Amino acid sequence: MTDTTKTTGAPQGAQGTPVIPLPAGAARILIAVGAVATMASTMLAWTWTSEFPGDLTVTGYPAGLQLLTLTGGILTLLYALTLWNVRGLRWLNPARANGPVFLMALAAFAVTWYTVLAITIELGGLANLEPGGYVAAVASLLPVLGALALPRPGDTWKSYFAKADDIPAAHEVPAWAERIIITLCLALGLIVFTYGIGTPDDEYGETFSGFMLLVLFATWAVFAAGLTDRFSSLNARHKGFATSMAFLAAAVFPFTQSEDHNANIGVNILIFATVALGLNIVVGLTGLLDLGYVAFLGVGAYAAALVSGSEYSRFSGTQLPFWGAVLVGMAASLIFGVLIGAPTLRLRGDYLAIVTLGFGEIFRIAVNNLDGSSGPDITNGPNGIANIPDLEILGFNLGEPHVIAGFTLGRFANYFLLMLVFTAIVVLVFTRAADSRIGRSWVAIREDETAATAMGINGFRVKLVAFALGAALAGLAGTVSAHVSYSVVPTPYQFAGAAPPNSAFLLAAVVLGGMGTVSGPLLGASLLYLIPEKLSFLKNYELLAFGIALILLMRFRPEGIIANRRRQLEFHETGQLDIPEQQSLPEGTIGATKATKAGA
Amino acid sequence: MTNTVLEASGVTMRFGGLTAVRSVDLTVSEGEIVGLIGPNGAGKTTFFNCLTGLYIPTEGKVSYKGSVLPPKPHLVTQAGMARTFQNIRLFANMTVLENVLVGRHTRTKEGLWSALLRGPGFKKAEAASEERAMELLEFIGLAHKRDHLARSLPYGEQRKLEIARALASEPGLLLLDEPTAGMNPQETRATEELVFAIRDKGIAVLVIEHDMRFIFNLCDRVAVLVQGEKLVEGTSDVVQGDERVIAAYLGTPFEGAPEDAALQEVEAAEVHAAEGSSEGNDQ
Ligand SMILES: Nc1ncnc2c1ncn2[C@@H]1O[C@H](COP(=O)(O)OP(=O)(O)OP(=O)(O)O)[C@@H](O)[C@H]1O
Ligand SMILES: [Mg+2]
Repeated sequence: MTDTTKTTGAPQGAQGTPVIPLPAGAARILIAVGAVATMASTMLAWTWTSEFPGDLTVTGYPAGLQLLTLTGGILTLLYALTLWNVRGLRWLNPARANGPVFLMALAAFAVTWYTVLAITIELGGLANLEPGGYVAAVASLLPVLGALALPRPGDTWKSYFAKADDIPAAHEVPAWAERIIITLCLALGLIVFTYGIGTPDDEYGETFSGFMLLVLFATWAVFAAGLTDRFSSLNARHKGFATSMAFLAAAVFPFTQSEDHNANIGVNILIFATVALGLNIVVGLTGLLDLGYVAFLGVGAYAAALVSGSEYSRFSGTQLPFWGAVLVGMAASLIFGVLIGAPTLRLRGDYLAIVTLGFGEIFRIAVNNLDGSSGPDITNGPNGIANIPDLEILGFNLGEPHVIAGFTLGRFANYFLLMLVFTAIVVLVFTRAADSRIGRSWVAIREDETAATAMGINGFRVKLVAFALGAALAGLAGTVSAHVSYSVVPTPYQFAGAAPPNSAFLLAAVVLGGMGTVSGPLLGASLLYLIPEKLSFLKNYELLAFGIALILLMRFRPEGIIANRRRQLEFHETGQLDIPEQQSLPEGTIGATKATKAGA
Repeated sequence: MTNTVLEASGVTMRFGGLTAVRSVDLTVSEGEIVGLIGPNGAGKTTFFNCLTGLYIPTEGKVSYKGSVLPPKPHLVTQAGMARTFQNIRLFANMTVLENVLVGRHTRTKEGLWSALLRGPGFKKAEAASEERAMELLEFIGLAHKRDHLARSLPYGEQRKLEIARALASEPGLLLLDEPTAGMNPQETRATEELVFAIRDKGIAVLVIEHDMRFIFNLCDRVAVLVQGEKLVEGTSDVVQGDERVIAAYLGTPFEGAPEDAALQEVEAAEVHAAEGSSEGNDQ
């Protein structure tokens, strides 16, 4: 689609000229008709065999990927109606811009064409398409063409993808209404997220891919319409309320899952996200590049496993209560963090990255070898510590299903709720630490270490606190992770691998999500966990795909999905002043200046 | 006699074979504004770095109010000496207010625990810090921009903010490295007033500057540094009339001195060369 726009939209400076010449009225009608036809096409059979995931053979009601197309069609229709300024829908597209309509049409188009192409390719040929498939393909193309026939938002084809100009301020509504809006948005988020986790594990992840396409373009459309900005300003106004509702929504999640498998994914995401948030203190706030962070998760997990009472543990006789295990895990990670941090935090920049990378690997290799044959027997070598017993908290065995208010919570659902408490603690620690004297000194160090020390900050000490705090939080998550996965083995705690958690993925979760924010790493971690999980057929290409995705993201949105208010300005400010370049030079050259003089 | 605030004796700084500062003595007394001038590359900034612990001087010692300073920048600030930088070094992506709050670091002591527990002590300390920071922003006239990012301020305001940040550490001596570089004449005048106002608060000031009008208006005493050595020290009049100073700045006149136009050309070329080398060298 971009190709068409690129070539046809080539004449520059043609702001407002549509890519496809059509009267504006006709264009709108084309979009609406296309959207309705797309919705209707989902009632038809798209293929003749139920071999394709989701069984798209039935006429009469949508199934599998057709449901996603239907959603896309409805959204396109709603956005098309905003062009007629239909009452009650204006809020969807406050600027009445064409860009969001185009993007929404693209969302429906993407998921439909993806499905049709997947049917053709997987089943081997166009013959496998029923007429319904053709109808869907043509119908979903119409709104895109219609949107291209609307006046172009800006003077390049890129303007279709950019945020609309002149978005009017939101109507004043009473505070309780704002809270309801927040609640509804979070409920919607929960539904989308739950749907994503619950997509069936098709061989080639078809449903999940379609889901991601729809979500990607629809989110983009909503962003371009200016709704995400409105939502974040609502959130800023009701911070405490929004946070508690977000946690409430997360707590509702296990109740919506009949299968414990999905809760398992959920708890793993939470663990991963919590560790990423801990890393965000080190990387996002303090600006220390730590490439071996996953080792701290490992230390916490191993420490908890050793005192869990597992028969494979070196100390199989001792079984500490859970709070004891948590303290031991955190303390062990903290000590490990200080041991690594104390010598390395005196280094700057790249050196620190290299040393942490080395230490991370040393941890994994060491636990792999501490099996009694090539060293003291502590970790049981590559076999790890298995049979970690389930936790029992206040007489409540987390290993057994429990019925709460008519809902059965399985083992992983129990752990999910436990982990959610820890995630909440880490979020609290992060936000409180960031907004304080120590948090400001972290950011100051990140911004300019020399100036920070000249302002009286003991750089080494402050960095060590950040490093140790990050380590302890990862250790905290590790203690739960040991119990969730029944056993701990050395392999997951590596620098890079095809599946999280590993140091590279953790770092990517922070950078992708948005450094220095709370929700960024949480979102980044969710994506980076779900995508490899659902698209497991990519196997060997996963890291490649992951690399390409990161490069694209850094090219087009360097501040991450969720932008820190500071970083947003940093990357997209125009016409700002020329501030002297601040390079990180080795300590010795500070102040070597030979600048031009003003009044010399 | 008034009390000595800063006493530097025999400060020498060598970089390999280059002696950037050679056995310089300097004292600053309470309530004084002292100027430090000298041609480009004379070692003024290097001397500042030695005073503030960014460099460990090869020889010599620096004492503040009678006690010898350890060569650690944060301890120097803790002791009561704060500085600004020749090439503005604000925390570019922090707000104006946050920049000044960072300056309060040595005068507050809430650690990680109190930040996490948020007891009444923490809240009181934060409120007090903010109040103090806002007073300083009022003082330099940037209170209305408290929530702007430092990087978005115009050049002159960035220089002022850097001064406010330094003042936030409640120093007894403020070191300013070319506070008016890049400013227009009005801004320079305003900075002059600002420095007087700072002195009136009881803070001694040591200032490096190339703007001679500014220096001679402002300073009670001026020291001239040439090729790392202190050439002359005295009141404005003494320094202004000293032939060696003029020679150091303009070079020794020789037979068939170049005409004005040629001189300007040479100057322009020098400025150009300095610009080129500054890219690699700037802090
Ligand atoms: N870290 C360093 N390593 C090597 N040489 C240095 C270093 N710092 C400064 N110098 C040298 O010391 C000399 C004095 O430099 P300095 O920056 O102190 O001069 P300055 O008087 O501040 O000049 P300007 O007026 O241009 O700011 C210069 O020749 C410079 O190149
Ligand atoms: Mg200098």
